[in-house]
Amino acid sequence: MRARSIVAACLAATWLATGAAAQSDNPVEEYRRLLADPFANPGYLFVDRGEALWHQKRGPKNASLEQCDLGLGPGVLEGAYARLPRYFADADRVMDLETRLMWCMVNLQGFDEATIKKTAFSKRGGQSDMEALVAYVAEKSSGMTFEIPLEHPKEKEAYALGEAVFYRRSSYFDFSCSTCHSLDGRRIRLQELGNMTRQEDAARAMTSWPTYRVSHETLRTMQHRMWDCFWQMRMPDLDYGSELSVALITWLTKNAEGGELAVPGIKR
Amino acid sequence: MRFVTAAALSACLAVPVLAAEIPGLPTISVERREQAVRDGFRYDKLAPELKARIEQDDTQRLCTEYRNEPPPEVAARIEKAALEAIVFPEDGKFLGDWKKGEALSLNGYGLRMGDDPKRQVGGNCYACHEMAPTELSYGTLGPSLKGYGKLRDFAQDAIKEVYIKIYNPNATVACSTMPRFGTKKILSIDDIRHVLAFLFDPNSPVNREE
Repeated sequence: MRARSIVAACLAATWLATGAAAQSDNPVEEYRRLLADPFANPGYLFVDRGEALWHQKRGPKNASLEQCDLGLGPGVLEGAYARLPRYFADADRVMDLETRLMWCMVNLQGFDEATIKKTAFSKRGGQSDMEALVAYVAEKSSGMTFEIPLEHPKEKEAYALGEAVFYRRSSYFDFSCSTCHSLDGRRIRLQELGNMTRQEDAARAMTSWPTYRVSHETLRTMQHRMWDCFWQMRMPDLDYGSELSVALITWLTKNAEGGELAVPGIKR
Repeated sequence: MRFVTAAALSACLAVPVLAAEIPGLPTISVERREQAVRDGFRYDKLAPELKARIEQDDTQRLCTEYRNEPPPEVAARIEKAALEAIVFPEDGKFLGDWKKGEALSLNGYGLRMGDDPKRQVGGNCYACHEMAPTELSYGTLGPSLKGYGKLRDFAQDAIKEVYIKIYNPNATVACSTMPRFGTKKILSIDDIRHVLAFLFDPNSPVNREE
């Protein structure tokens, strides 16, 4: 809590210091430019906490996550996020970063899966270990580009399933993901909408998550982004780490292939 | 100049990621997709009202199947069924209170998980449409509706047309992007009349100059 207010103060100071010097005609652009300052991004607090959590012996098995294999071998973090989602033979399924971290927390540390799912998204004023761990691992791929080879048949299936779901209409408003995210240069209210069928838009989105959400006062993950979209679409709660969520993330990440990660991001 | 044109052209051609470019992609059957969707929302544990949000009705199923571009005979079938099921106001009056219509157009509350079911559900028109020229926070997924009534001379035919459009836009264009506010009971008939007044009342800010 104290760290958060320090960051807020730094953010305000940076704002004051740079605001006068570089006044833009477009206040929205100006706001985004100020947010883009990495020294003012509270997301790095989550990176630090995630690093501590990664090495700490925790859970019923009193083990750290140091032997967790994120796809490049046990404990290899550099570049791991830029190669996810991928197929894991030990779990016999395609996993994104969060599903894989959950698998390691269950299998290495002995945590209860239902509890991890319930606490993965922090509530206002609370903390989530998952959000911190995602920030830590993802930051180790910052500056690298997404490469999703889709070699395994289950990876190909995840991509195809993700696309099929992207166009599926349902619920009160008949919305599909494509309703908002398959057109160029549109907005919902003042919020710009990316066309996720285009590489440049998909890359702009996917390379900036996990991201510090100023309006949520916390760092949010791609699983949260999926849950949030379905919430707006008036759908029930998306099951954390479900095949459906991983399929959509696989489709989006493949479309974003070649995009350079800059994480943790920061958004309104 | 020629270089710039060529570069712009190649950028346009190169950008979209097409599924066909990825070799060996499997075809996902409707059954496979629906199973993944049910599992993804833990269908078996949901209350009936939430189960219904996941199940597709005929319109949703057809528009998904054809990715919103149904062949002419399917489009005609969707449009006919939509038109036949429209419920018109019993007293034949289409216009309510434009001020209430403006509030409904600005309001995006309702029907989300955790939303209070006792509170008014909004129409959220501004999410996608420009309406009154004084409201700058509008979306661009739908066409601008600025000056809508005035541009149509406040004609009775146009008012009825928009009632149908809001009640079920598939009656006008099959597989429209717009929600079926009447059919899906998002808005009541009275709510729709208020929104119509916001579009067609000569005193509404939609029809006034900035």
